[in-house]
Amino acid sequence: MTTRIVELRRGILKKNDELAAGLRSRFTSAGVLVLNLVSSPGTGKTAFLERTLRELRAKGSKVAALVGDLETDNDARRLAASGAPVRQINTHGICHLDAEMIDKHLGAWEGVTLPMLDYLFIENVGNLVCPSSYDLGEKIRVALLSVTEGEDKPLKYPTLFNSADAAVITKIDIAEPCGFDRELALKNINEIRPGIRVFETSAKTGAGMDAWLAYLAAERAARIV
Amino acid sequence: MHELSIAASIVDAVTETVSRYPGARVKEVRLRVGAMASVIEDSLQFCWGISVEGTPLEGSKLVVNILPVVVHCAVCGKQGELASLQSFRCPHCGEPASDLQQGRELEIDSIEIDEVEETV
Repeated sequence: MTTRIVELRRGILKKNDELAAGLRSRFTSAGVLVLNLVSSPGTGKTAFLERTLRELRAKGSKVAALVGDLETDNDARRLAASGAPVRQINTHGICHLDAEMIDKHLGAWEGVTLPMLDYLFIENVGNLVCPSSYDLGEKIRVALLSVTEGEDKPLKYPTLFNSADAAVITKIDIAEPCGFDRELALKNINEIRPGIRVFETSAKTGAGMDAWLAYLAAERAARIV
Repeated sequence: MHELSIAASIVDAVTETVSRYPGARVKEVRLRVGAMASVIEDSLQFCWGISVEGTPLEGSKLVVNILPVVVHCAVCGKQGELASLQSFRCPHCGEPASDLQQGRELEIDSIEIDEVEETV
């Protein structure tokens, strides 16, 4: 017997990273802006996304959504009310979406091809830990936080908030009865991800949606030629 | 929460490498894991025993080397380690710092194997 040290220097999620890089270049060449929405369960990702899809469609944009959950197609049915094509991904116990799931579901999605879309939204499984490690090929990762969750959420889950490109505060219409400290929440988000764009929104009243939609349009114009 | 799939990915990668050394047993697997990689060492160690069963890695030790978060400061130009993940500020001048130089690594660094010597 001889003992030998073998250097690997290899990323553990290399397979996911390579698949995600392939997806990213496909998204770019198809001219579709892809966003990955991440939050805790109950933040209101689905309500926020439903309103976003509806308003984008009203402006004439072509949109679609992939939605991840452990079980049920309840979210897909809710989102489909917007009129946009929606496909449910059931992970059956897996706590995050990965690039392979996205690739597989895009390939099997009848009637939807990337070049026909302006925007593709991916609603991740409700979880603030694991999705931060899995690149889905998105251009923009959005971290969402509701006024009912506590202003210190970004401090509790820094790995996710630090990896986000934009932050969305949801349910702003009930901020006051919840005793939501807006200044503190904004300070905490900026402490973890300095300079990040933050949108304060309500899917119910439509507050903040104009700024969010303007951001999407500007990002699409800037990133997709 | 996804440590089991991380452990399985490590076992796959190491099994592939070790197949180049017929009959070899893996003694140790060394990882480089950034403090921002969202991996809990205790949880990974727990999953390790299950994941290596029946593979050339059975009985191997998992060594997790945690790397601190290092930021580059756009204001003072220096690099430094963050003392905690509660505040992304330059440890030298205190300005907000979002340029991560280290801390998201999730890599297999090296493995130690016992090779069967060839009989002539």
